[in-house]
Amino acid sequence: MKSLQEQETELLYKESGILTAKLQRRSFLQYAGAGVAGAALIAAGCKKDHNNDNGLSTGVDLGSGDLGILNYAYALEQLEGAFYDTVVKSPYTNISPYELSLLTDIRDHELAHREFFKKALGTNAIQALTVNFSAINFTDRTSVLTAAKAFEDLGVSAYNGAGKLIKSADYLLIAGKIVSVEARHAALIRDLLSNGTFADNTVIDVNGLDAARSPLAVLSIAKAYLSTQINASNLPS
Amino acid sequence: MNIINILEEIEKVDGEVYERLNPRRAAMKQFYGFGSKVALAALPLALGSMFKKAYGQTTTSVLGVLNFALTLEYIEYNFYQTGLNTPGLIPAGTPALAALTNIRDHELAHVNLLKGAITGSGGTPVSFTASQFDFTAQGNFNAVFTDYPTFLAVAQVFEDTGVRAYKGQAANLMGSPSVLQTALQIHSVEARHAAHIREMRQAPAGGGVTALRPWITGANDSGVPAAAANYAGEDNVVQLGINIPGLGFSVNASTAAFDEPLTMAAVNAIASLFIKTS
Repeated sequence: MKSLQEQETELLYKESGILTAKLQRRSFLQYAGAGVAGAALIAAGCKKDHNNDNGLSTGVDLGSGDLGILNYAYALEQLEGAFYDTVVKSPYTNISPYELSLLTDIRDHELAHREFFKKALGTNAIQALTVNFSAINFTDRTSVLTAAKAFEDLGVSAYNGAGKLIKSADYLLIAGKIVSVEARHAALIRDLLSNGTFADNTVIDVNGLDAARSPLAVLSIAKAYLSTQINASNLPS
Repeated sequence: MNIINILEEIEKVDGEVYERLNPRRAAMKQFYGFGSKVALAALPLALGSMFKKAYGQTTTSVLGVLNFALTLEYIEYNFYQTGLNTPGLIPAGTPALAALTNIRDHELAHVNLLKGAITGSGGTPVSFTASQFDFTAQGNFNAVFTDYPTFLAVAQVFEDTGVRAYKGQAANLMGSPSVLQTALQIHSVEARHAAHIREMRQAPAGGGVTALRPWITGANDSGVPAAAANYAGEDNVVQLGINIPGLGFSVNASTAAFDEPLTMAAVNAIASLFIKTS
């Protein structure tokens, strides 16, 4: 499980500079969209969007626009759902009935999210993805909970980062309804690993803000747990 | 990102940009002098509403949302601050002290972030001091600072309501992407707080409410009858017209898997119980 944490830390580290700068540039574009200033801004500050050469440009196409974001969420919920399904079907050694009941609840929430997105997307839904959890030791409590923590924190940051890419208010609200449940999961899992770490300074910054990640940043981490390749190159950014 | 270059580029196609921004000149000066991390974090929020104002879009609603959020954060911050300052309320030598301190610190950080953003956008932040709040909610929670389980119950209601309040405003911030993202980043922190407070209430010292879960199940699982309005609608099981139990899930799982929003009016009606009229 270390690999997931390490990757996450490394990526966060890289992003702390790059992503912030990029977000601010992008924000300017959107702020100024009301007027003629838009074109000038493109000329002024913005290198064009990064090329997608990070292993996320071939494979199952998530699509574009809001449907692309919904498929992105559907992919993440597939990952989480499959993870907790495995945990509940073959719980770690000496799991307490209480912990099993909590993880079963979370499993049900993630599967409900997954099935909801599948139904909402209808014929636009991507295929079922094949997961790869070979890095996780499902018999070991720490391994499982550490993976769960990484998935939940990643999920929270994914929805937080995707919100502004959504055009439909209805879909934005759905994302909001789900992200706070993921945050509740994240808090609980963190407390199971170490009580009191539900919102510690490894995940909340000095301004009291949770993380937000772009879809590409999220998928760069998540793809280690997917055998199916994902093409995210048409997603809004 | 060089803001001055960008403004110069805007000026090439919109010679009046500085005129448009003129009323906000004080704010502009602030940007150049920004040094602290708090101020830097507030910058995207501030710029967001500044450009909106300059180009005639709906700043009022964004500022209105920010002041609404600020009011809630003031309530939460002062609530925890008062609790932490009340001798004997929080059991000594337990992890509760660190957890509540951490939460208090987040609420204060949110207050400062929102204040900076509103000021930076040329708005006037609302302002409250502890003495302006009535945490008994007009006598509903008379033991709020003398009985620890009551304190935690009110804390849970504040946090769950805060989550609903931010969620309900997301759509109103769609025109200001950075403001929206920051609001979402606060929103999920409030949800983490809510989850932890719920865990604290399960512990014997916290009231031993063992049926509680970190997530909201049904309409009002708080055990606080007076909080019915805070949880109204949380028992919804239909999302985008899709019946979640119809997909094969229990009603409990279907309600818990999705948190629900509250309107600004509903939240204000609740918040007004905690704010003294004069």
